[in-house]
Amino acid sequence: MNRQESTGTARIRVDQKLIADMVTPGSRLLDVGCGDGVLLDLLVRERQVDGRGIELSQEGVNTCVARGLAVVQGDAETDLHNYPDDAFDFALLSQTLPAIFDVKGVLRELLRIGRCAVVSFPNFGYWRVRTDLLFRGRSPVSDNLPNAWYESPNIRFFTLTDFMDLLAELDLTAQQIITIDRRGRARSQNEIGHWTNLLTEQAIFLIGRS
Amino acid sequence: MTKQEPNGAVNSGAAIAVEPAVTNLPGQRLVLGETDPLQLASGQMLGPFTVAYQTYGTLNADKSNAILVCHALTGDQYVAETHPVTGKDGWWGSIVGAGRTIDTDTYFVICINVLGGCMGTAGPKDIDPRTGSPFGLNFPVITIADMVAAQKRVIEHLGITKLFAVIGGSMGAMQALEWASRFPEMVFCAIPIAGAARHSAQNIAFHEVGRQAIMADPNWCGGAYYGRDVDPERGLAVARMAAHITYLSDSALHRKFGRNLQDRPEITFGFDADFQIESYLRHQGRSFVERFDANSYLYITRAMDYFDLAAEHDGQLPAAFEGSPVRFCLVSFTSDWLFPTSESRQIVHALNAVAASVSFVEIETDSGHDAFLLEEPEFFRILSGFLRGAADQYAQSAIGTSA
Repeated sequence: MNRQESTGTARIRVDQKLIADMVTPGSRLLDVGCGDGVLLDLLVRERQVDGRGIELSQEGVNTCVARGLAVVQGDAETDLHNYPDDAFDFALLSQTLPAIFDVKGVLRELLRIGRCAVVSFPNFGYWRVRTDLLFRGRSPVSDNLPNAWYESPNIRFFTLTDFMDLLAELDLTAQQIITIDRRGRARSQNEIGHWTNLLTEQAIFLIGRS
Repeated sequence: MTKQEPNGAVNSGAAIAVEPAVTNLPGQRLVLGETDPLQLASGQMLGPFTVAYQTYGTLNADKSNAILVCHALTGDQYVAETHPVTGKDGWWGSIVGAGRTIDTDTYFVICINVLGGCMGTAGPKDIDPRTGSPFGLNFPVITIADMVAAQKRVIEHLGITKLFAVIGGSMGAMQALEWASRFPEMVFCAIPIAGAARHSAQNIAFHEVGRQAIMADPNWCGGAYYGRDVDPERGLAVARMAAHITYLSDSALHRKFGRNLQDRPEITFGFDADFQIESYLRHQGRSFVERFDANSYLYITRAMDYFDLAAEHDGQLPAAFEGSPVRFCLVSFTSDWLFPTSESRQIVHALNAVAASVSFVEIETDSGHDAFLLEEPEFFRILSGFLRGAADQYAQSAIGTSA
């Protein structure tokens, strides 16, 4: 009844909107690293998902629960094993992968508890990131990567091509890849070439089991 | 001397009837088990017996706005009104009331004095019609499950087939968990606050200290002190003092009292209450005995000790919630060392293991276990958010089932 009050001010980002489009309405979904719950709230409201969340920061969890979302405090690296196989249709990892230590382990867990995984991340192969490093000699700070190197939660700096390689190594298939450029234009991709890697600011992958 | 004969042997299977000794307290009464005695976990049958409860707000036409509040060890049914014995505000008046977090303009709130209690529901100070005297230790030992089974009958009596929410702190959390586990179809959401799925060894130990303090009081008389001039007040007060320490945190004690002296400039080299904390605890003990029955304290602490939700499911806690449709919201407090966050987290893990809908928050506070009774704005904010979200879902599910 007071949903507007809880979400009205929150801006829905283009990647969140695209993820919402990717998710089947009415499905069971776990948002791993759901932050303050803006995306999960969107999915519950607009896609009628049976949504759950897990979030590391207590502040984020409290905000989510106060929004009426089913969210628990927990760590993606250690707490996903509590969930049973096939518990969800979608396991979602939105903008959280760069902060994960055990990337392979978390991806495996996502695809164990979810029939498919939706993973979105910033692309460190994006040309502006490269030029920041090449010409300015500094780690990139942008709208998409807002934190300075010393306070960023990100510990993994990988490119779109890196991620493709990892999927191949894990024998996982990307069922859908959406790339987003600086102006928020989304494009569905079948493969990632050099130019795509250069022009993509962030990407969303729908990954199925092998 | 504290060993009692098993009641079952005395009763030889007949239901134990309980005549209320307390009749002067305000509020609602219901006699249960007249034709259908309540089977207790101990195997004994209870009935007829009286249950005392209070309600706030109005039950709506489709009886879908009921919230059951489960009280803690020394709480009672007077949640949101002046207490008839102490004259103090209701123990959860800060949360339950018109315009409050649990808004009685919207919800119909029910709180039932637990079985074994001393505020009108059947307990050890009531009369055993077979002897015409108070039960004392001849009252059957009860469990959290027994309390909940009695509550279920009250809810059914009120014509409610599904509670919108069951909420409680501490022992109230145990009841909320028991409700959700035993009668999931009757509970839309469960909110166990500062609780646990089982009473820990440390907590059993503290309870045992309290019980031994009562039993060591010569006025306890093996539990048969009713009708005498003296009660085991000192024993009960000591039990309360010891327990009260466990409800607070070291830092809260330091913040409130430190090593401050009580109405004196320096220590007296004696055993008076030199320190404020001593005076405070003595006051807590003294005021407690005015409103609580020592034998009830024994029975209710025992019920908490016996609580172990996993044990009822071959030691597998997730099995207690298998396929549960209930929406859970667990709350713990950082400085609560009696029911620490790890206990709530264990329940969360069990609920995750069966992919139940669960929210879990830990509230930062230095108020210890007692935090659930105090003004904690963050806790109120989260509780009201959860209730609002659950109410939306409940309305949707009602539309879904009627369509």
